[in-house]
Amino acid sequence: MDLYQELILEHYKRPVRAGLREPYEAEVHHVNPTCGDEVTLRVHLAGGGDHAVVEDISYDAMGCSISVAAASILAEEVTGETVGEARETVEAIRRMLTSKGEDPGDEDEIGDGVALAGVAKYPARVKCALLSWMAFTDALHQAEGVSP
Amino acid sequence: MTAAPFTDEELARIRADFPILSRTVRGGRPLVYLDSGATSHKPRQVLDRERWFYETVNAAVHRGAHQLSEEGTDAYESARETIARFIGAQASEVVFTRNATEALNLVAYAFTNGTHGGGGGSGERFSLREGDEVLVTQMEHHANLIPWQEACRRTGATLRHVPITEDGRLDLSDLDSLLTERTKVFAFTHVSNVLGTLNPVRELVERARAVEALTVLDACQSVPHLPVDVADLGVDLLAFSGHKMFGPLGVGVLWGRGELLDEMPVFLTGGSMIETVTMESATYAPVPQKFEAGVPVAAQAVALATACDYLTDLGLDRVHAHEQALTERLVRGLVARPWVRVLGPSDLRERGGAVAFHVDGVHAHDVGQVLDDHGVAVRVGHHCAWPLHRALRVPASTRASFAAYTTPGEVDALLEGLDHVPAMFGMEVPA
Repeated sequence: MDLYQELILEHYKRPVRAGLREPYEAEVHHVNPTCGDEVTLRVHLAGGGDHAVVEDISYDAMGCSISVAAASILAEEVTGETVGEARETVEAIRRMLTSKGEDPGDEDEIGDGVALAGVAKYPARVKCALLSWMAFTDALHQAEGVSP
Repeated sequence: MTAAPFTDEELARIRADFPILSRTVRGGRPLVYLDSGATSHKPRQVLDRERWFYETVNAAVHRGAHQLSEEGTDAYESARETIARFIGAQASEVVFTRNATEALNLVAYAFTNGTHGGGGGSGERFSLREGDEVLVTQMEHHANLIPWQEACRRTGATLRHVPITEDGRLDLSDLDSLLTERTKVFAFTHVSNVLGTLNPVRELVERARAVEALTVLDACQSVPHLPVDVADLGVDLLAFSGHKMFGPLGVGVLWGRGELLDEMPVFLTGGSMIETVTMESATYAPVPQKFEAGVPVAAQAVALATACDYLTDLGLDRVHAHEQALTERLVRGLVARPWVRVLGPSDLRERGGAVAFHVDGVHAHDVGQVLDDHGVAVRVGHHCAWPLHRALRVPASTRASFAAYTTPGEVDALLEGLDHVPAMFGMEVPA
Protein backbone atom coordinates (compact mmCIF):
# COMPACT_ATOMS: atom_id res chain seq x y z
CA MET A 1 0.00 0.00 0.00
CA ASP A 2 1.59 3.32 -1.01
CA LEU A 3 -0.52 5.12 1.58
CA TYR A 4 1.53 4.35 4.66
CA GLN A 5 4.99 5.59 3.71
CA GLU A 6 7.63 5.07 6.40
CA LEU A 7 7.89 8.85 6.68
CA ILE A 8 4.18 9.16 7.47
CA LEU A 9 4.37 6.53 10.18
CA GLU A 10 7.43 8.30 11.62
CA HIS A 11 5.53 11.57 11.85
CA TYR A 12 2.54 9.75 13.31
CA LYS A 13 4.54 8.07 16.06
CA ARG A 14 6.67 11.12 16.82
CA PRO A 15 4.79 14.23 15.69
CA VAL A 16 6.98 17.30 15.27
CA ARG A 17 6.21 20.44 17.32
CA ALA A 18 3.11 18.82 18.82
CA GLY A 19 1.24 20.40 21.74
CA LEU A 20 -0.31 23.82 22.22
CA ARG A 21 2.01 26.71 23.03
CA GLU A 22 2.00 30.43 23.81
CA PRO A 23 2.19 32.99 22.38
CA TYR A 24 -0.21 32.89 19.46
CA GLU A 25 -2.37 35.31 17.52
CA ALA A 26 -5.02 32.82 16.39
CA GLU A 27 -6.37 29.48 17.46
CA VAL A 28 -8.77 27.37 15.40
CA HIS A 29 -10.52 24.07 15.86
CA HIS A 30 -11.37 22.00 12.80
CA VAL A 31 -13.10 18.63 12.58
CA ASN A 32 -13.65 16.06 9.90
CA PRO A 33 -17.29 15.15 10.51
CA THR A 34 -17.17 11.86 8.60
CA CYS A 35 -14.64 10.25 10.94
CA GLY A 36 -14.35 12.54 13.92
CA ASP A 37 -10.75 13.65 13.37
CA GLU A 38 -10.11 16.88 15.25
CA VAL A 39 -7.32 19.41 15.34
CA THR A 40 -6.80 22.47 17.49
CA LEU A 41 -4.13 24.64 15.93
CA ARG A 42 -2.38 27.87 16.94
CA VAL A 43 -0.36 30.23 14.80
CA HIS A 44 2.19 32.75 16.01
CA LEU A 45 3.48 35.33 13.52
CA ALA A 46 6.40 37.74 13.80
CA GLY A 47 6.38 40.94 11.78
CA GLY A 48 3.70 42.16 9.37
CA GLY A 49 2.44 41.79 5.81
CA ASP A 50 3.70 39.13 3.40
CA HIS A 51 7.10 39.35 5.04
CA ALA A 52 5.70 38.27 8.38
CA VAL A 53 7.27 35.03 9.49
CA VAL A 54 5.40 32.00 10.83
CA GLU A 55 7.24 31.78 14.14
CA ASP A 56 5.33 28.87 15.54
CA ILE A 57 2.62 26.37 14.66
CA SER A 58 1.45 24.42 17.67
CA TYR A 59 -1.34 21.90 17.63
CA ASP A 60 -3.26 19.14 19.27
CA ALA A 61 -4.29 16.60 16.65
CA MET A 62 -6.54 13.67 17.40
CA GLY A 63 -7.22 11.25 14.61
CA CYS A 64 -5.84 8.73 12.18
CA SER A 65 -2.19 8.38 11.23
CA ILE A 66 -2.71 10.42 8.07
CA SER A 67 -4.26 13.39 9.85
CA VAL A 68 -1.70 13.39 12.67
CA ALA A 69 1.22 12.99 10.26
CA ALA A 70 -0.15 15.77 8.07
CA ALA A 71 -0.26 18.13 11.07
CA SER A 72 3.30 17.20 11.96
CA ILE A 73 4.51 17.75 8.40
CA LEU A 74 2.74 21.11 8.29
CA ALA A 75 4.44 22.26 11.49
CA GLU A 76 7.82 21.06 10.29
CA GLU A 77 7.67 22.49 6.80
CA VAL A 78 5.91 25.77 7.36
CA THR A 79 7.41 27.02 10.62
CA GLY A 80 10.03 29.62 9.74
CA GLU A 81 8.55 30.42 6.34
CA THR A 82 7.22 33.85 5.49
CA VAL A 83 3.46 34.13 5.19
CA GLY A 84 3.83 34.34 1.41
CA GLU A 85 5.92 31.17 1.28
CA ALA A 86 3.56 29.42 3.65
CA ARG A 87 0.64 30.12 1.34
CA GLU A 88 2.57 28.66 -1.58
CA THR A 89 3.40 25.54 0.41
CA VAL A 90 -0.26 25.10 1.37
CA GLU A 91 -1.30 25.53 -2.24
CA ALA A 92 1.29 22.97 -3.43
CA ILE A 93 0.04 20.44 -0.87
CA ARG A 94 -3.58 21.07 -1.77
CA ARG A 95 -2.78 20.68 -5.48
CA MET A 96 -1.01 17.38 -4.89
CA LEU A 97 -3.69 15.96 -2.60
CA THR A 98 -6.54 16.78 -4.95
CA SER A 99 -4.75 15.58 -8.09
CA LYS A 100 -6.03 11.98 -7.81
CA GLY A 101 -2.41 10.87 -7.97
CA GLU A 102 -1.37 12.92 -11.04
CA ASP A 103 0.82 15.35 -9.09
CA PRO A 104 3.58 13.56 -7.12
CA GLY A 105 4.58 16.79 -5.35
CA ASP A 106 7.93 18.61 -5.41
CA GLU A 107 10.23 17.88 -2.50
CA ASP A 108 11.94 21.27 -2.82
CA GLU A 109 8.60 22.94 -2.30
CA ILE A 110 6.88 20.74 0.28
CA GLY A 111 9.67 18.67 1.85
CA ASP A 112 8.30 15.69 3.78
CA GLY A 113 4.89 16.60 2.33
CA VAL A 114 5.72 14.39 -0.66
CA ALA A 115 5.14 11.40 1.60
CA LEU A 116 1.46 12.33 1.50
CA ALA A 117 1.32 11.89 -2.30
CA GLY A 118 -0.13 8.38 -1.95
CA VAL A 119 -3.13 9.77 -0.08
CA ALA A 120 -4.37 11.39 -3.28
CA LYS A 121 -5.29 7.95 -4.61
CA TYR A 122 -7.64 7.35 -1.68
CA PRO A 123 -10.40 9.96 -2.00
CA ALA A 124 -11.85 9.10 1.43
CA ARG A 125 -8.54 9.98 3.07
CA VAL A 126 -7.79 13.27 1.32
CA LYS A 127 -9.81 15.16 3.92
CA CYS A 128 -7.73 13.60 6.71
CA ALA A 129 -4.54 14.92 5.14
CA LEU A 130 -6.00 18.34 4.38
CA LEU A 131 -7.55 18.92 7.81
CA SER A 132 -4.55 20.62 9.47
CA TRP A 133 -3.55 22.45 6.34
CA MET A 134 -7.01 23.97 6.01
CA ALA A 135 -7.01 24.75 9.73
CA PHE A 136 -3.67 26.51 9.26
CA THR A 137 -5.04 28.58 6.35
CA ASP A 138 -7.95 29.60 8.53
CA ALA A 139 -5.69 30.48 11.46
CA LEU A 140 -3.37 32.45 9.20
CA HIS A 141 -6.27 34.57 7.97
CA GLN A 142 -7.34 35.24 11.52
CA ALA A 143 -3.81 35.98 12.69
CA GLU A 144 -3.48 38.56 9.94
CA GLY A 145 -6.75 40.14 11.06
CA VAL A 146 -8.51 39.11 7.85
CA SER A 147 -11.71 37.14 8.16
CA PRO A 148 -11.57 33.86 6.25
CA MET B 1 -36.00 -26.24 18.30
CA THR B 2 -34.12 -23.04 17.55
CA ALA B 3 -33.32 -22.03 13.99
CA ALA B 4 -29.96 -23.03 12.54
CA PRO B 5 -27.43 -20.87 10.70
CA PHE B 6 -27.25 -21.38 6.93
CA THR B 7 -25.19 -24.31 5.71
CA ASP B 8 -22.32 -23.78 3.26
CA GLU B 9 -24.53 -25.09 0.50
CA GLU B 10 -27.35 -22.72 1.34
CA LEU B 11 -24.92 -19.83 1.60
CA ALA B 12 -23.54 -20.59 -1.84
CA ARG B 13 -27.08 -20.53 -3.23
CA ILE B 14 -27.90 -17.24 -1.49
CA ARG B 15 -24.66 -15.63 -2.62
CA ALA B 16 -25.33 -16.60 -6.22
CA ASP B 17 -28.35 -14.27 -6.08
CA PHE B 18 -26.14 -11.24 -5.33
CA PRO B 19 -24.15 -10.33 -8.46
CA ILE B 20 -21.88 -7.84 -6.70
CA LEU B 21 -20.51 -10.46 -4.32
CA SER B 22 -18.52 -12.03 -7.13
CA ARG B 23 -16.57 -8.88 -8.00
CA THR B 24 -13.01 -8.26 -6.90
CA VAL B 25 -11.45 -5.20 -5.29
CA ARG B 26 -7.97 -3.68 -4.77
CA GLY B 27 -6.01 -5.57 -7.36
CA GLY B 28 -8.05 -8.72 -7.79
CA ARG B 29 -8.85 -9.63 -4.19
CA PRO B 30 -12.25 -11.19 -3.60
CA LEU B 31 -14.66 -8.76 -1.99
CA VAL B 32 -15.28 -9.45 1.69
CA TYR B 33 -18.24 -7.22 2.39
CA LEU B 34 -18.81 -6.66 6.10
CA ASP B 35 -20.67 -3.37 5.85
CA SER B 36 -24.26 -4.52 5.40
CA GLY B 37 -25.32 -2.40 8.36
CA ALA B 38 -24.54 0.67 6.25
CA THR B 39 -26.23 -0.73 3.18
CA SER B 40 -26.88 -4.29 2.10
CA HIS B 41 -26.39 -5.65 -1.37
CA LYS B 42 -29.39 -6.45 -3.53
CA PRO B 43 -30.34 -9.83 -4.96
CA ARG B 44 -31.07 -10.18 -8.65
CA GLN B 45 -34.77 -10.76 -7.86
CA VAL B 46 -35.05 -7.26 -6.38
CA LEU B 47 -33.10 -5.65 -9.21
CA ASP B 48 -35.25 -7.49 -11.77
CA ARG B 49 -38.42 -6.35 -10.06
CA GLU B 50 -37.41 -2.68 -10.12
CA ARG B 51 -36.48 -3.02 -13.76
CA TRP B 52 -39.84 -4.75 -14.40
CA PHE B 53 -41.65 -1.71 -12.99
CA TYR B 54 -39.85 0.70 -15.28
CA GLU B 55 -40.13 -1.55 -18.31
CA THR B 56 -43.80 -2.47 -18.04
CA VAL B 57 -45.98 -0.34 -15.73
CA ASN B 58 -43.99 2.84 -15.21
CA ALA B 59 -46.35 5.69 -14.36
CA ALA B 60 -46.94 8.35 -11.76
CA VAL B 61 -49.07 6.22 -9.47
CA HIS B 62 -52.36 7.47 -8.05
CA ARG B 63 -52.71 9.88 -10.97
CA GLY B 64 -53.84 9.51 -14.54
CA ALA B 65 -56.69 7.51 -16.02
CA HIS B 66 -54.57 5.40 -18.30
CA GLN B 67 -53.77 1.74 -18.09
CA LEU B 68 -50.14 2.19 -17.06
CA SER B 69 -51.17 4.37 -14.16
CA GLU B 70 -53.73 1.75 -13.09
CA GLU B 71 -51.23 -1.08 -13.24
CA GLY B 72 -48.48 0.95 -11.63
CA THR B 73 -50.82 1.96 -8.80
CA ASP B 74 -51.83 -1.66 -8.39
CA ALA B 75 -48.22 -2.77 -8.10
CA TYR B 76 -47.47 0.03 -5.64
CA GLU B 77 -50.44 -0.74 -3.41
CA SER B 78 -49.85 -4.48 -3.41
CA ALA B 79 -46.24 -3.76 -2.40
CA ARG B 80 -47.69 -1.89 0.56
CA GLU B 81 -49.70 -4.98 1.49
CA THR B 82 -46.67 -7.28 1.25
CA ILE B 83 -44.55 -4.98 3.40
CA ALA B 84 -47.36 -4.61 5.94
CA ARG B 85 -47.65 -8.41 6.19
CA PHE B 86 -43.90 -8.63 6.61
CA ILE B 87 -44.09 -6.65 9.87
CA GLY B 88 -47.50 -7.89 10.99
CA ALA B 89 -49.34 -4.67 10.15
CA GLN B 90 -52.28 -3.38 8.11
CA ALA B 91 -51.54 -1.92 4.67
CA SER B 92 -53.16 1.42 5.57
CA GLU B 93 -50.62 1.79 8.39
CA VAL B 94 -47.60 1.64 6.09
CA VAL B 95 -46.27 4.97 4.82
CA PHE B 96 -43.56 5.10 2.16
CA THR B 97 -40.85 7.70 2.62
CA ARG B 98 -37.51 8.29 0.88
CA ASN B 99 -35.59 6.72 3.74
CA ALA B 100 -35.80 6.03 7.46
CA THR B 101 -34.35 9.45 8.23
CA GLU B 102 -37.29 11.04 6.46
CA ALA B 103 -39.68 8.74 8.33
CA LEU B 104 -38.28 9.87 11.68
CA ASN B 105 -38.31 13.51 10.62
CA LEU B 106 -41.92 13.05 9.56
CA VAL B 107 -42.83 12.11 13.12
CA ALA B 108 -40.75 14.88 14.70
CA TYR B 109 -42.28 17.48 12.38
CA ALA B 110 -45.77 16.11 13.01
CA PHE B 111 -45.23 17.10 16.64
CA THR B 112 -44.03 20.57 15.68
CA ASN B 113 -46.98 21.08 13.36
CA GLY B 114 -49.39 19.75 15.97
CA THR B 115 -48.02 22.23 18.50
CA HIS B 116 -48.94 25.10 16.22
CA GLY B 117 -52.31 23.70 15.23
CA GLY B 118 -51.17 22.88 11.70
CA GLY B 119 -50.82 19.78 9.56
CA GLY B 120 -54.47 18.80 9.77
CA GLY B 121 -54.01 16.72 12.90
CA SER B 122 -56.33 16.50 15.84
CA GLY B 123 -55.86 16.16 19.55
CA GLU B 124 -53.19 17.08 22.03
CA ARG B 125 -51.22 13.89 21.54
CA PHE B 126 -49.05 15.38 18.80
CA SER B 127 -48.00 18.60 20.45
CA LEU B 128 -44.93 19.65 22.38
CA ARG B 129 -44.78 22.61 24.72
CA GLU B 130 -42.53 24.02 27.37
CA GLY B 131 -42.56 21.58 30.27
CA ASP B 132 -43.05 18.60 27.93
CA GLU B 133 -40.17 16.22 27.44
CA VAL B 134 -38.84 14.04 24.67
CA LEU B 135 -36.77 11.07 25.75
CA VAL B 136 -34.14 9.43 23.53
CA THR B 137 -31.12 7.27 24.32
CA GLN B 138 -27.40 7.86 24.20
CA MET B 139 -26.99 5.09 21.62
CA GLU B 140 -29.21 6.66 18.96
CA HIS B 141 -28.16 7.09 15.37
CA HIS B 142 -28.10 10.82 14.56
CA ALA B 143 -31.31 10.22 12.56
CA ASN B 144 -33.21 9.49 15.76
CA LEU B 145 -31.53 12.25 17.73
CA ILE B 146 -31.20 15.43 15.70
CA PRO B 147 -34.86 15.53 14.52
CA TRP B 148 -35.82 15.51 18.23
CA GLN B 149 -33.23 18.14 19.13
CA GLU B 150 -34.78 20.34 16.47
CA ALA B 151 -38.36 19.55 17.48
CA CYS B 152 -37.52 20.55 21.05
CA ARG B 153 -35.80 23.71 19.89
CA ARG B 154 -38.86 24.67 17.85
CA THR B 155 -41.38 23.95 20.57
CA GLY B 156 -39.60 24.69 23.85
CA ALA B 157 -39.84 21.07 25.00
CA THR B 158 -36.89 19.49 26.80
CA LEU B 159 -34.79 16.68 25.36
CA ARG B 160 -33.55 14.05 27.81
CA HIS B 161 -31.71 10.82 27.27
CA VAL B 162 -31.22 7.38 28.75
CA PRO B 163 -27.45 6.89 29.27
CA ILE B 164 -25.57 3.72 28.41
CA THR B 165 -23.60 1.36 30.61
CA GLU B 166 -19.87 0.58 30.20
CA ASP B 167 -20.72 -2.43 28.06
CA GLY B 168 -23.05 -0.52 25.78
CA ARG B 169 -26.49 -1.44 27.08
CA LEU B 170 -29.16 1.04 28.10
CA ASP B 171 -28.74 2.04 31.73
CA LEU B 172 -32.31 1.74 32.95
CA SER B 173 -31.48 2.26 36.63
CA ASP B 174 -32.78 5.83 36.55
CA LEU B 175 -35.57 5.34 34.04
CA ASP B 176 -38.28 6.28 36.51
CA SER B 177 -36.97 9.81 36.79
CA LEU B 178 -36.35 10.10 33.02
CA LEU B 179 -39.63 8.65 31.81
CA THR B 180 -42.40 10.55 33.59
CA GLU B 181 -45.81 12.03 32.92
CA ARG B 182 -43.93 14.95 31.32
CA THR B 183 -42.57 12.61 28.62
CA LYS B 184 -44.61 12.87 25.44
CA VAL B 185 -42.37 10.79 23.22
CA PHE B 186 -39.85 8.07 23.91
CA ALA B 187 -37.78 7.46 20.77
CA PHE B 188 -35.25 4.65 20.84
CA THR B 189 -33.51 2.15 18.67
CA HIS B 190 -34.35 -1.54 18.49
CA VAL B 191 -30.79 -2.60 17.70
CA SER B 192 -27.81 -0.25 18.03
CA ASN B 193 -26.26 0.39 14.63
CA VAL B 194 -22.82 0.49 16.25
CA LEU B 195 -22.82 -2.03 19.08
CA GLY B 196 -25.49 -4.41 17.89
CA THR B 197 -27.15 -4.09 21.32
CA LEU B 198 -30.63 -5.57 21.23
CA ASN B 199 -32.81 -3.33 23.40
CA PRO B 200 -35.65 -4.67 25.58
CA VAL B 201 -38.42 -3.08 23.49
CA ARG B 202 -41.40 -4.66 25.26
CA GLU B 203 -40.18 -3.58 28.68
CA LEU B 204 -39.53 -0.04 27.48
CA VAL B 205 -42.93 0.14 25.78
CA GLU B 206 -44.62 -0.99 28.97
CA ARG B 207 -42.85 1.69 30.98
CA ALA B 208 -43.74 4.34 28.38
CA ARG B 209 -47.38 3.27 28.31
CA ALA B 210 -47.61 3.64 32.06
CA VAL B 211 -46.92 7.38 31.64
CA GLU B 212 -48.81 7.66 28.34
CA ALA B 213 -45.74 8.53 26.29
CA LEU B 214 -45.77 7.63 22.61
CA THR B 215 -43.04 5.24 21.54
CA VAL B 216 -41.05 5.65 18.32
CA LEU B 217 -38.80 2.76 17.37
CA ASP B 218 -35.85 3.02 15.01
CA ALA B 219 -35.99 -0.46 13.49
CA CYS B 220 -33.38 0.06 10.74
CA GLN B 221 -31.06 -2.54 12.23
CA SER B 222 -33.71 -5.04 13.28
CA VAL B 223 -36.22 -5.39 10.45
CA PRO B 224 -33.54 -6.68 8.03
CA HIS B 225 -32.09 -9.15 10.51
CA LEU B 226 -34.70 -10.70 12.80
CA PRO B 227 -38.43 -11.35 12.88
CA VAL B 228 -40.22 -8.08 13.71
CA ASP B 229 -43.91 -7.96 14.48
CA VAL B 230 -45.29 -4.54 15.34
CA ALA B 231 -48.18 -5.89 17.39
CA ASP B 232 -45.83 -8.07 19.38
CA LEU B 233 -43.45 -5.18 20.10
CA GLY B 234 -46.31 -2.91 21.09
CA VAL B 235 -44.68 0.32 19.87
CA ASP B 236 -46.71 3.21 18.47
CA LEU B 237 -44.54 4.20 15.53
CA LEU B 238 -41.66 2.43 13.81
CA ALA B 239 -39.26 3.38 11.03
CA PHE B 240 -36.95 1.37 8.81
CA SER B 241 -35.09 1.74 5.55
CA GLY B 242 -35.32 -0.39 2.42
CA HIS B 243 -31.71 -0.37 1.31
CA LYS B 244 -30.42 -2.11 4.44
CA MET B 245 -32.70 -5.11 3.83
CA PHE B 246 -31.86 -6.11 0.25
CA GLY B 247 -34.18 -3.42 -1.12
CA PRO B 248 -33.26 -0.51 -3.36
CA LEU B 249 -31.92 2.86 -2.31
CA GLY B 250 -34.45 5.66 -1.97
CA VAL B 251 -37.27 4.06 -0.03
CA GLY B 252 -38.04 3.91 3.67
CA VAL B 253 -41.07 2.98 5.70
CA LEU B 254 -42.91 4.57 8.56
CA TRP B 255 -45.39 2.33 10.30
CA GLY B 256 -47.83 3.69 12.85
CA ARG B 257 -50.88 2.40 14.68
CA GLY B 258 -53.91 3.24 12.55
CA GLU B 259 -55.73 5.51 14.98
CA LEU B 260 -52.53 7.41 15.70
CA LEU B 261 -51.76 8.02 12.05
CA ASP B 262 -55.31 9.33 11.64
CA GLU B 263 -54.63 11.92 14.34
CA MET B 264 -51.08 12.69 13.34
CA PRO B 265 -50.41 16.01 11.55
CA VAL B 266 -48.74 15.85 8.15
CA PHE B 267 -45.14 16.80 7.40
CA LEU B 268 -44.46 17.23 3.68
CA THR B 269 -47.30 18.81 1.75
CA GLY B 270 -48.12 19.17 -1.93
CA GLY B 271 -49.54 16.92 -4.60
CA SER B 272 -51.15 13.54 -3.92
CA MET B 273 -51.75 14.10 -0.21
CA ILE B 274 -54.83 16.32 -0.47
CA GLU B 275 -58.58 15.94 -0.36
CA THR B 276 -59.69 19.45 -1.39
CA VAL B 277 -57.68 22.59 -2.14
CA THR B 278 -58.64 26.25 -2.43
CA MET B 279 -56.35 29.26 -2.72
CA GLU B 280 -56.54 29.69 1.04
CA SER B 281 -56.38 26.22 2.48
CA ALA B 282 -56.56 22.49 1.96
CA THR B 283 -57.88 19.37 3.59
CA TYR B 284 -55.92 16.19 3.53
CA ALA B 285 -56.40 12.67 2.19
CA PRO B 286 -56.88 9.72 4.55
CA VAL B 287 -53.87 7.70 5.71
CA PRO B 288 -51.49 6.65 4.35
CA GLN B 289 -51.78 9.06 1.38
CA LYS B 290 -51.76 12.19 3.53
CA PHE B 291 -48.15 11.40 4.44
CA GLU B 292 -47.04 10.74 0.87
CA ALA B 293 -46.70 14.11 -0.82
CA GLY B 294 -45.34 14.21 -4.36
CA VAL B 295 -44.95 11.40 -6.84
CA PRO B 296 -44.27 8.34 -4.68
CA VAL B 297 -41.21 6.14 -4.92
CA ALA B 298 -43.21 3.40 -6.60
CA ALA B 299 -40.52 1.37 -8.36
CA GLN B 300 -38.47 1.30 -5.17
CA ALA B 301 -41.48 0.32 -3.03
CA VAL B 302 -42.37 -2.49 -5.43
CA ALA B 303 -38.80 -3.78 -5.37
CA LEU B 304 -38.74 -3.49 -1.57
CA ALA B 305 -41.74 -5.81 -1.39
CA THR B 306 -39.72 -8.34 -3.38
CA ALA B 307 -36.90 -7.94 -0.85
CA CYS B 308 -39.41 -8.70 1.93
CA ASP B 309 -40.50 -11.85 0.09
CA TYR B 310 -36.87 -12.81 -0.37
CA LEU B 311 -36.21 -12.47 3.37
CA THR B 312 -39.42 -14.32 4.20
CA ASP B 313 -38.31 -17.19 1.96
CA LEU B 314 -34.95 -17.32 3.74
CA GLY B 315 -36.72 -17.23 7.11
CA LEU B 316 -35.95 -14.31 9.42
CA ASP B 317 -35.37 -16.67 12.34
CA ARG B 318 -32.65 -18.38 10.32
CA VAL B 319 -31.16 -15.07 9.20
CA HIS B 320 -30.98 -14.06 12.86
CA ALA B 321 -29.45 -17.39 13.91
CA HIS B 322 -26.93 -17.13 11.08
CA GLU B 323 -25.86 -13.62 12.03
CA GLN B 324 -25.63 -14.52 15.70
CA ALA B 325 -23.28 -17.38 14.83
CA LEU B 326 -21.15 -14.94 12.83
CA THR B 327 -21.20 -12.46 15.70
CA GLU B 328 -20.03 -15.14 18.10
CA ARG B 329 -17.25 -16.18 15.74
CA LEU B 330 -16.04 -12.63 15.35
CA VAL B 331 -16.31 -11.66 19.03
CA ARG B 332 -14.37 -14.80 19.99
CA GLY B 333 -11.67 -13.99 17.47
CA LEU B 334 -11.42 -10.39 18.64
CA VAL B 335 -11.36 -11.26 22.33
CA ALA B 336 -8.42 -13.57 21.62
CA ARG B 337 -6.47 -10.47 20.51
CA PRO B 338 -5.71 -8.49 23.66
CA TRP B 339 -4.87 -5.35 21.67
CA VAL B 340 -8.49 -5.15 20.54
CA ARG B 341 -11.32 -3.78 22.66
CA VAL B 342 -14.72 -5.14 21.67
CA LEU B 343 -17.46 -2.57 22.25
CA GLY B 344 -20.95 -3.53 23.30
CA PRO B 345 -22.57 -6.26 25.40
CA SER B 346 -20.50 -9.26 26.35
CA ASP B 347 -23.64 -11.39 26.51
CA LEU B 348 -24.08 -12.44 22.90
CA ARG B 349 -27.80 -13.04 23.37
CA GLU B 350 -28.20 -9.27 23.73
CA ARG B 351 -26.63 -8.62 20.34
CA GLY B 352 -27.68 -8.36 16.72
CA GLY B 353 -25.44 -8.74 13.66
CA ALA B 354 -22.98 -5.90 14.18
CA VAL B 355 -19.69 -5.83 16.06
CA ALA B 356 -17.74 -2.64 16.72
CA PHE B 357 -14.23 -2.65 18.11
CA HIS B 358 -11.30 -0.41 18.87
CA VAL B 359 -7.64 -1.24 18.30
CA ASP B 360 -5.53 0.32 21.06
CA GLY B 361 -3.41 3.15 19.73
CA VAL B 362 -4.59 2.91 16.14
CA HIS B 363 -7.35 5.04 14.71
CA ALA B 364 -10.29 3.24 13.12
CA HIS B 365 -9.57 4.89 9.78
CA ASP B 366 -6.18 3.23 9.68
CA VAL B 367 -7.61 -0.13 10.74
CA GLY B 368 -10.21 0.14 7.98
CA GLN B 369 -7.57 1.06 5.42
CA VAL B 370 -5.44 -1.97 6.22
CA LEU B 371 -8.51 -4.21 6.04
CA ASP B 372 -9.53 -2.60 2.74
CA ASP B 373 -6.11 -3.43 1.38
CA HIS B 374 -7.03 -7.07 2.06
CA GLY B 375 -10.35 -6.69 0.31
CA VAL B 376 -12.30 -6.46 3.57
CA ALA B 377 -14.93 -3.71 3.58
CA VAL B 378 -15.90 -2.43 7.04
CA ARG B 379 -17.27 0.83 8.36
CA VAL B 380 -14.98 3.18 10.26
CA GLY B 381 -15.66 6.39 12.12
CA HIS B 382 -18.49 7.19 14.48
CA HIS B 383 -21.21 5.59 12.30
CA CYS B 384 -23.57 8.54 12.75
CA ALA B 385 -23.52 7.96 16.51
CA TRP B 386 -21.05 10.51 17.81
CA PRO B 387 -22.51 10.86 21.34
CA LEU B 388 -22.35 7.08 21.75
CA HIS B 389 -18.64 7.08 20.92
CA ARG B 390 -18.05 9.92 23.36
CA ALA B 391 -19.80 7.90 26.06
CA LEU B 392 -17.58 4.91 25.28
CA ARG B 393 -14.54 7.22 25.32
CA VAL B 394 -13.30 6.19 21.89
CA PRO B 395 -12.88 8.75 19.09
CA ALA B 396 -14.08 6.28 16.48
CA SER B 397 -14.53 2.58 15.97
CA THR B 398 -14.33 -0.11 13.33
CA ARG B 399 -17.59 -1.94 12.69
CA ALA B 400 -18.25 -5.22 10.94
CA SER B 401 -21.88 -5.93 10.14
CA PHE B 402 -23.50 -8.92 8.56
CA ALA B 403 -26.33 -10.07 6.33
CA ALA B 404 -27.75 -13.43 5.29
CA TYR B 405 -25.05 -13.77 2.62
CA THR B 406 -22.09 -13.28 4.99
CA THR B 407 -19.90 -16.37 5.41
CA PRO B 408 -17.83 -17.56 8.38
CA GLY B 409 -14.85 -17.41 6.03
CA GLU B 410 -15.39 -13.68 5.65
CA VAL B 411 -15.23 -13.25 9.41
CA ASP B 412 -11.92 -15.14 9.37
CA ALA B 413 -10.65 -12.89 6.56
CA LEU B 414 -11.32 -9.86 8.73
CA LEU B 415 -9.40 -11.38 11.63
CA GLU B 416 -6.48 -12.27 9.36
CA GLY B 417 -6.44 -8.76 7.89
CA LEU B 418 -6.54 -7.30 11.37
CA ASP B 419 -3.36 -9.15 12.33
CA HIS B 420 -1.45 -6.93 9.90
CA VAL B 421 -2.39 -3.82 11.85
CA PRO B 422 -0.05 -4.01 14.88
CA ALA B 423 3.15 -4.42 12.87
CA MET B 424 2.22 -1.69 10.44
CA PHE B 425 1.66 0.87 13.18
CA GLY B 426 4.53 -0.29 15.35
CA MET B 427 2.41 -1.55 18.23
CA GLU B 428 3.92 -3.72 20.92
CA VAL B 429 1.92 -6.92 20.81
CA PRO B 430 2.30 -9.38 23.66
CA ALA B 431 3.32 -12.77 22.29
